[in-house]
Parts: sequence; structure tokens; C-alpha cells
Amino acid sequence: MTSSQPAAGQPASGTTKPATIKQLETGPSRLLSSRLAAAAGLVVLVAVIGVFPLVFTNATVTNFAVITLIFVAVVSAWNLFSGFSGYLSLGHAVFYGTGAYFLVVAAKDWNITGSAVFWLLPLAGLVAAVIAVPLGLVALRVRRHTFVVITIAYFFIAQLAASNLNVTGGSSGLLPPVPNYAASTFNNPFYYVAMLIAAIAVALAWLIRRSRFGLQLRAIRDDEDRAAGLGVRAMPVKLSALVLSAFITGMAGALWVYFIGEAFPQFVFDPLFDLAVVLMGFFGGLGTVAGPVLGAIVLEPTQQWLYLQETNGYSAEILFGALFLVVILFLPRGVLPTGAEYLTSIRARIARRRRQEGGPPVSVPEPGSQSSAASPPSAPSQPSATAGGTP
Amino acid sequence: MGSEIGQAIAAGILGGGVYALMAAGLTLVFGVLDIINVAQGILVVLGAYLSYAISQHLHLDPLAGLVITVPAMFIIGVVIYWLFIRPLRGAERTSMTLLACFAVALIIEGLLYRFFGSGYVSITAWFTTSSIHIFDFYLADSYLIGFGLAVVSMALLYFVLYRTTFGRAVRATMQNQTAARLIGIDVTRVSALTFGIGTAVTAVGGMVYGAISGGFTPNSGYDLISRLLAIVILAGMGSIGGALVTAVLMTTAEALVDIWQPDWSVAVFYAALVIILTFRPAGLFGRRAVRAQ
Repeated sequence: MTSSQPAAGQPASGTTKPATIKQLETGPSRLLSSRLAAAAGLVVLVAVIGVFPLVFTNATVTNFAVITLIFVAVVSAWNLFSGFSGYLSLGHAVFYGTGAYFLVVAAKDWNITGSAVFWLLPLAGLVAAVIAVPLGLVALRVRRHTFVVITIAYFFIAQLAASNLNVTGGSSGLLPPVPNYAASTFNNPFYYVAMLIAAIAVALAWLIRRSRFGLQLRAIRDDEDRAAGLGVRAMPVKLSALVLSAFITGMAGALWVYFIGEAFPQFVFDPLFDLAVVLMGFFGGLGTVAGPVLGAIVLEPTQQWLYLQETNGYSAEILFGALFLVVILFLPRGVLPTGAEYLTSIRARIARRRRQEGGPPVSVPEPGSQSSAASPPSAPSQPSATAGGTP
Repeated sequence: MGSEIGQAIAAGILGGGVYALMAAGLTLVFGVLDIINVAQGILVVLGAYLSYAISQHLHLDPLAGLVITVPAMFIIGVVIYWLFIRPLRGAERTSMTLLACFAVALIIEGLLYRFFGSGYVSITAWFTTSSIHIFDFYLADSYLIGFGLAVVSMALLYFVLYRTTFGRAVRATMQNQTAARLIGIDVTRVSALTFGIGTAVTAVGGMVYGAISGGFTPNSGYDLISRLLAIVILAGMGSIGGALVTAVLMTTAEALVDIWQPDWSVAVFYAALVIILTFRPAGLFGRRAVRAQ
């Protein structure tokens, strides 16, 4: 449209239509303000989570909160591998349980008690990460269904090993040391450590999603062969993601076992754990950063509450299964992506109506990361990014 | 020792036939629908409980009870497909269907706990207490009956797949769903019926499992599904003949290891799975075996 300008691809020119200039001016400031809002929201969120156990001192509530934060960490870690790379792991309980057993055995053998036990957490994560290397090297050779089934097989091998080896105490289980914290604030140290691990997990997911590494992971998810053709070294990338994920999961598992104070094979390696993690990931939105956090915060307390209400066990199991089906059938892509798509379509509709009424142009928001069916048809005034670029 | 090994091999082969039948349902469903029905394990347990309930309350022979349980499981399979599998489409279908099956398994497990409790039960009938003496070892009649049933069911399955128009439609769908649709095959109907058949075999498998396992609970589904998955993946998914061979090999190996290391015999399944897939990612028989048949 601007044939007089040689640098038509560069939109930063003052001689185009006024509408475009206006959009250019609003673009960066809107970006800045939305970033500020996000940062402010984050600060508020951290503050709220930070003072939570000081406000709600009821032991049942803080108990739920600790478990929930542990799940925030685990689901974020799981999503960091499975959500980003598309390799659905149903065997993360292996890393969780490895971390848990490491903590119990190490604390017993090295006579570590009290708060010093928390220093074992990074080591527990490291052990889980080391175990993830051979497991990943074998499992990541296959894709799709076969990968899922191999992770399930890992899970059963681990459970079998835990019930038969001497080091884990077999089916009679092991007991970690019990810290001598005051009964009224017993949960608080666990709470803050869980908060720290969850924060690390979320920050890691955020950093990876923005990085080249995250881009490579998502390229593998979309089409691994094509990604490899474009120069992504798929195996190291996938394996690194799995190892990072295992590290966080191992730490969380170690904290969990120290918190609940017992280690039995059937609870440390629990098939429902894997399912719960996957459900939370799917609920919030696979491959997003905030989705797993949302999924864990909504679903874990719900599940805990269900098990508290329905002590017979099976009712909670049936309800959990039904909830799972509802999520899969009606929210297949998770709350966040579905919600974002819905917002985008509403905004696009408003923008179109304003244009038709001849009002001031509103820049059409970009469609979400997923290709959305609701993306608006090409209209006379497109966003600034493409202005001047079309012949 | 020699007779112990002989007995282990015989039990392995006979038991393998039963596992092959259950795995055939799983691999058939995988071949046609491209989904892994992780509920197959709990469906076998459900089939076992149905046979148990029928023999307890209706005082029917479990063998005669199959006349009721097989159609019942078929209908359950079609309903599961129609309600929970059919609506799932799109890029994430692979993982979604797997998770949907898992959720269905959880619900069935919960319902079984609700109605039957968590105690061990087993199916008793005229063939579960006797055994016959061959050469120098004993074989339980239940193993022989189970193996016979498995062979008959597999033959029936084979006949349906290779000698009927419906079977031709199923195999066409297995090879190429789009092409099958183009030549006028109602793929949704074929899928529903296939899922029903894959589930109906669990009625037979479950009855035999209930008779030979020496007791089962709603929790038995996990052990079953992990074995079945190992068999199906090792065989190469979609290969029914491969599933038969692999099932017999694995149960025999397990029975042999059981002589020396009873605690670890279950691990044979998973260890073999991991080791073989390291060298042959497509499984022992791959998908080509299906097309070559």
C-alpha cells in the first residue's frame, strides 16, 4: 500500500495512516502496563501464599495447604517435561518415590533429625535426577502409546522393588524421623519449604518456556521428525527436560514423606498419584506455566476434602474418576487455554463491532498460542505488525 | 526339579493362552481405534466378578454363565466407547483416550469395592478343585478348561476377523481409517463393535482368571493391566498372533523364574519389556505382522 517507501517492512515510520500510528503508540505502553500488572499480581500472590499459614492456623487447613504446594511443584515439574515435550509420563511416581525413600534411608543412616533433614532435599532431587538418565535413555527412544506404557512399566518395577528390597524395609515400610516442632505450628516449616520448591518449579517452567530450550521442546511436541530435521538434537533436549523434572519431583517426594512421616511401598508408589498429577496438568492447561498451578490449587484440596468426607475410599475414587472424565470431555485443553480462547473471541467480536460502528479502531488482540477457530477474518485495519508489509 | 520345570512350562503355556485372549482384545482395540484401553485389566476383573456373582446368586455353572456375561460385557464395552471414547477428537486424542480409559477404570474399581468389598474372592466350580495326572506332574482342570476356552474364543475371533464381511471392514479400518471411510465403511460403527468385542473377551478371560488366580480383589486390575500392556507392547501393537506367542513366552518365563525367585517373578514381564524395547522399539512382531497375515 505504501509503494513510495522502500523499507515497507519496517512499521516504525511516521508517514503511514494515522490509525497505524495510534496503534504503534499504544502497543508498547500496553505491553508495559500488562507486565506491570502481572508483576504486581505475582507479588500479591506470593504475599498471600506467604502469610496464609499465619492467618489460617487450623492444622487441617495448613495440612491441605502443604500437600497442595507439594502438588504445585510436582505438577509444574511434570508439565515441564510432559506438557512441553508431549511425552505423556505416567511414571513420575518413580521419581517422587525415589526421592522419598532416599530421604528416609539417608536420615536414618546418617542420623539426621529435625530441620537439618531439609538439607537432604536437594540430594534427594539429585538422586531422582540421576535415576532419570538411564530410564529416559531407554523410554525416550519410543513415542506415543509405547512411551506411556514404558513409564507405567517403570512404575510397577519401582513399586515391586520397594516391596521386596531390604533397603526400603519391604512391605513393612520405614519411618522417617519426626521433628520436634511445636504442635500448634508443626506444619509451618514444611509449608515454607514446600512453597520454596513450588516457587523454584514454577520459575523454572517460566524460564524454560521463554527460552530456546523451551522452544525446542515444543517443536518436538508438534513434530519431532521435523524438529530434528531443523537441527534440534531431540534426545539431549528431551532427556534434559526429564532430568530437570525428575529433580523437582524427587525433592517434592522427599518433603512429602518427611511431612506425612511414613513410607510404605503402596503409598509411596501410588498409581493414583500419577493420575492425579496428569489430571491437574490437563485441568489447568497442558504446556502453560500457570495451568499446572491452577490445577493443583483447585484439584488437590478438592481431592483431600473428598477423601476426608468419604472415608470408605470407594466413593472418593468414583467421584475422582467422574471428575476426570468431565475434565477430559468438556475441558479437553484445560481451563486456561479454553478461557483465553473465549476471551480472545469476545474481544475480537467487540473490536469488529466498533469498526462497523465507525468508532476508534481497537487493535485486534493476537490469537492465543494455539491456533484458534475464533480468530477474526482479515479486516481493513490490521494490527500494526503487518501494516505496510502487504503489497 | 525336572518335574517342577515341566510343570512350570505346562502351566506357563496354559496360562499364556488365557492372557493371550485378554491381550487379543486389547491389541484389536488398539489396531482399529488407535487407543490403549488401560481399563482392560479392571474389565477382566469385572468379568470375573460377574461370573462370581452369577455362580453365587443364580447358582449357575460359571461356564453356562458365560451366556449372560459375554453379551453383558459386550454391551458395557459399546457403552464405554459411545460415551467416553467417541467424543474425543483432535491432536491430543492419543493421551486423552488413554486417560479417559484410566478414569473409567477408576470408576469401575470404585463400584466393585462398593458392591463386593475388598476381600479376596474366587470362583469355584466343578473344574476348580480337580486336576489330572499327566506323565509325572499334575495339571489343574481349571487351567485346561481355561486354555480350551481361550483357544475356542481365539478361533471365533479369528473367524469373525477373516471370514466375515464385518471382519473385513475391521481389518480395513485397521490398515487405513481414511481409506476405509472413503469406500463406505461406517468407521464409528466398526469402532464401537470392535470395542465391544475387545471388552466381551474379558468375560471369558475374567471367568478363567477368577478360577485359576486363587483369589482376586478389585485391586487385581493393576497387576493384570500391567502384564497385558507388557504383552501387547512387546508383541508389537496390533498384532494378534504376536500377542499369542508373546503371552505364552512371558507366562512360561514367569513360571520358571517363580521356582527360584517367587518374589521377583512378576518383574520378568517388565524387565523383558524394557530390555527388548531397548533393542527393538517396534516390539517383537511389529505392525507389519498384521498386514502380512
